[in-house]
Amino acid sequence: MRYKVIGSLVAVIVLTSLVLGVVGCGDSTASPLPPQERLRVATTTSLYDTGLWGYLEPMFEEQYNVELDVMYAGTGKALEYGRRGDVDVITVHSKAREEQFIIEGYGVTRVPFAYNYFLIVGPAADPAGIRGLIPEDAFKKLMEAGSGSFVSRGDDSGTHGKEKAIWTAAGFDYETVRKAEWYIEGGTGMGPTLMMASEKQAYTLTDTGTFLAYKGKIDLVVIVDKGDILLNVYSAIAINPEENPKTKIDLANNLISFLTSPEIQELIGNYGVEEYGMQLFTPCAGAEPQ
Amino acid sequence: MTEIWQGFIKAIELIVSLDPEVMEIAGRSLGISMTSCLLASLVCIPLASLIYFHNFPGKRVLINIIQTFFSLPTVCVGLFVFVLFSRAGPLGGTNLLFTPTVMVLGQMILITPILLGLIISALSGVDKAILDTAISLGASGFQVAAVVLREVRYAVLAAIIMGFGRAISEVGIALMVGGNIRGFTRVITTAISLETSKGELELSLALGMILIFLALVVNVTLNRVQQR
Repeated sequence: MRYKVIGSLVAVIVLTSLVLGVVGCGDSTASPLPPQERLRVATTTSLYDTGLWGYLEPMFEEQYNVELDVMYAGTGKALEYGRRGDVDVITVHSKAREEQFIIEGYGVTRVPFAYNYFLIVGPAADPAGIRGLIPEDAFKKLMEAGSGSFVSRGDDSGTHGKEKAIWTAAGFDYETVRKAEWYIEGGTGMGPTLMMASEKQAYTLTDTGTFLAYKGKIDLVVIVDKGDILLNVYSAIAINPEENPKTKIDLANNLISFLTSPEIQELIGNYGVEEYGMQLFTPCAGAEPQ
Repeated sequence: MTEIWQGFIKAIELIVSLDPEVMEIAGRSLGISMTSCLLASLVCIPLASLIYFHNFPGKRVLINIIQTFFSLPTVCVGLFVFVLFSRAGPLGGTNLLFTPTVMVLGQMILITPILLGLIISALSGVDKAILDTAISLGASGFQVAAVVLREVRYAVLAAIIMGFGRAISEVGIALMVGGNIRGFTRVITTAISLETSKGELELSLALGMILIFLALVVNVTLNRVQQR
């Protein structure tokens, strides 16, 4: 009788080792014998959701013979991963916070590598009548009209930061805006926020790339796409080894040179053009776009 | 509703065609959860017997605490393990954050209270006469425990299956300490969370169905072994 208990335990062990064996084999075929180094990058969700990282990852891994672990998180969380030294490099889009991050000594330098523009999207009927306005005026009118809801990321991401900047530029205190009845804080990534806005037929602020990638799945159109404030710059920052000695600065620098190399810049510029009929990202190797 | 039906069809397609990415993710889910469940069982069966067979002050309180931890939210365990293993944290030097190993550890923490609590309550259901007989026949403490555990093997197996179910279905720990890295720490639940956020509802539903299918296979296997 006791053997049955032991038997079932043995079965579990055998099954587990079998499964682990399978998983192990899978891994070893993916990475050839000399144990590869792993480089960790935390990337903003908007770069991940467009599929850009999935496209670039194998090329980088092959070129530098390193295993790249891509983690997606809003800019706020990505910066926090960086501060704690849990990743080696970050790709984010919130200039002011990136500069702060470097002043605090956590990052080495800020290297812009691509940009596009934010868009205000919403229901085709445009209930608040903000089509074609500049972003600041559009937000002002939204606030005054109070008709038509707005879904905010509400997750301390780069896009959320941009949204707050527009509210400030429009002359409002963000804390007052938050209290408005038509203002919805989703607390989630760009993709889910677009889906939520579509379900609720509300306005939202989005980056071009994610909007194009989701266009087929949602019922929203571009309402506002002109205004200097909408510029959206993506940059890569290597984590400073002086602050976090265990981070892999050399590998991180490899990734940054990779992203800013002419061939990859060209691939970034062409990424998605065939699928969406327009450019998702404009490459800007190392320089601030004008 | 059509999405659910299409999800079902897609699940069958993915299983029949042995889709390499899905197979890899499913294998990893199974591997991580079975390992955590096995390790937790190895700790919990002796520990639960120890607690049950010994009388000590505060035993009742301890059992109450164990049962309270049945409700442990997975994100809290995830957060706790994250803070512990983050490079800035006390165990940061181990460099284990965002690896499958630390996911196993997190799941062990999650299911240990369930295994302990359910095994203790299973032991409580044993007829006292069996205990007395064993003792009167001169059995040692270890032998008594073995006799009683044999009596409650079905309940112990049920506890293990319950623990496995909680481990393979949780998403909070896997996402927070695993990081959902493609090809390394992505498991079925984190893949579902990602695909849902990408709006790939059919694929998400299909993955959910595959998870249930895996659980079915594991349960049937364990029950077969038990009944032989």
